[in-house]
Formats: sequence, structure tokens, C-alpha cells
Amino acid sequence: MYSQGLIGADSNIVEDQAFLDAFQQRIDAEEKIEPNDPMPQAYRNTLIRMIGQHAHSEIVGMLPEGNWITRAPSLRRKVALLAKVQDEGGHGLYLYSAAETLGVSREQMTEELLSGKAKYSSIFNYPTPSWADIGTIGWLVDGAAIMNQVPLCRCSYGPYARAMIRVCKEESFHQRQGYELVKTLCEGTAEQKAMAQDSLNRWWWPSLMMFGPSDTDSQHSDQSMKWKIKRFTNDALRQKFVDATIPQAELIGLHVPDKDLKWNENKNDGKGGYDFGEIDWDEFWRVVKGHGLMNKDRIKARKKAWDDGAWVREAAQAFAKKNVAA
Amino acid sequence: MSEEANMPLWEVFIRPRVGLHHKHVGSLHAADSTMALQAARDVYTRREEGDSIWVVASKDIYASDPSQAAENFDPASDKVYRHPSFYDIPDEVGHM
Ligand SMILES: [Fe+2]
Ligand SMILES: [Fe+2]
Repeated sequence: MYSQGLIGADSNIVEDQAFLDAFQQRIDAEEKIEPNDPMPQAYRNTLIRMIGQHAHSEIVGMLPEGNWITRAPSLRRKVALLAKVQDEGGHGLYLYSAAETLGVSREQMTEELLSGKAKYSSIFNYPTPSWADIGTIGWLVDGAAIMNQVPLCRCSYGPYARAMIRVCKEESFHQRQGYELVKTLCEGTAEQKAMAQDSLNRWWWPSLMMFGPSDTDSQHSDQSMKWKIKRFTNDALRQKFVDATIPQAELIGLHVPDKDLKWNENKNDGKGGYDFGEIDWDEFWRVVKGHGLMNKDRIKARKKAWDDGAWVREAAQAFAKKNVAA
Repeated sequence: MSEEANMPLWEVFIRPRVGLHHKHVGSLHAADSTMALQAARDVYTRREEGDSIWVVASKDIYASDPSQAAENFDPASDKVYRHPSFYDIPDEVGHM
């Protein structure tokens, strides 16, 4: 139950070694942690930050694609894109709800997004200048998100894990419609195929950056793994994504823009995998810190939506209040 | 912003189809029960997940205290005589 009644009931817990050990024991036994259970403050804070960022990413992620709904080239593509963008709004809601069970309010999270204090996935700060980008986003960006989210279905925090199960069920169509779109372009005119290749060229590296900093630079990774919030490191997931995606690109005749890419049969414990080039981490941090091409636009659009909706929220609440009084 | 701080939280229950229980699926914020039902329909039944929705104001749910889970629920574990397999019945009786 997501009941909030007891949240904070554990706030006077003394986090001594015995408490931390007992908590770790529950985690190691694969027990789920539920909202009202005692938990270390750092566990709570990590989840609030992580689920909050995830929720914001779903919401901001609607913008680059929403941009193309009215210009979709066919009804088939339009209904698919509409349904996908609507799903992302739903994902944001499931995740905000999961974060709220930890004692943070929805208003607080919204405020932190609009003020720029909270982060969201760097990928959504890239522009979508061509129709091919809608396909590439579904294929690569949702593909990378799935890689990340599938292991999160086993996250130690119950509400996050349950939200992820729902999200993952809906996510698969996002990737498939994207890949189908790119494949269709590749089977079209030379110009259409070039459009698909150009799009892949722009989105490939930013997609790899979605997995976050390299394990050697990730400040949160170790403890999150120990607490079974995360099940795989950033680099492990990135490798899985590259290995899964290269054959998909080859199948439709597209080339990944990486001259260092090559098959390495010794990788993945002898199962083989791809070596790939170094990510431009300066670009990654620049975008994360707010200096990507679209950071300002994205927040501006969210703020406008929030402000323009204020009268609706006020009217709904005034109406509800009037009905209670009557 | 102060007004929005009062936007109530609702728990959403969906019944997959007639004959089954309503099951908790998540929560959402809405001004009143009518809007909560509409939002729940939009968010939680986009793929035929159910044919009936309940919404309950979260503040009206009373939960048992997890720190008392042991006192509450452990006593049942040594009452094996509440289960049919506790009793010896000759095989010849067949299914009982
Ligand atoms: Fe999503
Ligand atoms: Fe998606």
C-alpha cells in the first residue's frame, strides 16, 4: 500500500552499526523494502534523487517527440507517436508516485525540476530537427532506457520495482515502433536513407552517454549496488546496449559513427562483444550541467505548461471544495 | 503554489475483469473523486487492464505498523492445526 500515514515514523532511528547490518541483511536476503519500513537516511535520499531524476526524464522526454506529432507523415505514425508520448507521461506519474512514498512531495519535485535544481537524462537536451529522429529516439533512446529499466524491476525498493515492471511492459512498443520507422526510411529513397544515417550519427554517442559516467567516475554506483538499488554498473549496461544494437544497425544498412568499433571475441567472458571508442565526457558533463543545445528550451516549455495549467488546477480545487461545502 | 499543496493523493484499484478482486495499481493526485477516476482511467487502463476502477483517498487508508509485523503475524506460523494437511486420514478415504 502506498499509504503515507507512517512516513517519517522511523525518523528517530539511531543508525548504529546493528541497524545498518540488519538492513543490509534484509537486502542480501532479497527482501523488498517497503515505504513504511525503517531504512537508512542515505538509502532514502539515494532513491529520492534517483526516482526523481527518472520521473523528470520521462516528463521532459515528451518534449522532443511531442514536437513532431502534428507533422507525422501518416495516420499510422501519428497514432503510434501519440500513444508513445502519452505512455511517457504515465511513466512520469508512476515514478513520481513511487518517489512520494519516500516522503518527498510532488510539488517539491516539480519545483526542483523547474528551478533547474533537479537533473534529468542528458539525452533530452538534444534537438529533433528531422523526422528520422523520432525513429532513432524510439530505437536507441528507448532501447537504452529498457536496458536500464529491466534490472530496476528487481530493485530492492518495492514501489520503484513495481513501477518499473509497469513501465517495462509499455516500453517495448516504443523501441519497436522506432526501429520500424528507421527501417522504413532505410528501404526508401537515397535521401530518406541518408536522413536515417544522419540521425544515427547525431544520436549514437548521446545514447551511450545515457548510461551515465564510467564506473571509475561514478560517485553513487558502489553503494547503490550494495543496496541492490542497481543491479549492474553503468559500463556493464552500456556494453550490453552496444552489443545488442550494432547488429540491429547492420541489418538495416546503417553505420555507427565510431571508427574504433570492432568485434572482440574475448569480451564478455569469451562470449564476444564490441570494443568501442572513448565517449566525449566533456560533452556529457557540459550537457548535464545545463549547457546542452536544448536545456533552456526544455525547462522553459515545462514552466510554461505548469504556469498555463495553474488556472485549471485552481478551478478544479475550488470546485471540489465547493462540493464538499454543499 | 500553496493551493497545489492541497491537491489530494488517491490510491487506484483496478479490477482486471468481472469476477476478480480490485487490485491496487498505484496512485495519483486529483482535486476530487470524479477527476481521480478520470485520471485513473487515462493512466492505468490504456491497454485494457481492467473494466472497473476504485479510487480511495490515501489519507483514509489505515495501515498496520511494519514494526509490529512480528507480533501481528508470526503467531499464525505455529498453528499448523489450521491447515488440512495436519490431520491423518487413511488413504482409502480418497479425496477429502
Ligand atoms: Fe518511458
Ligand atoms: Fe519510452
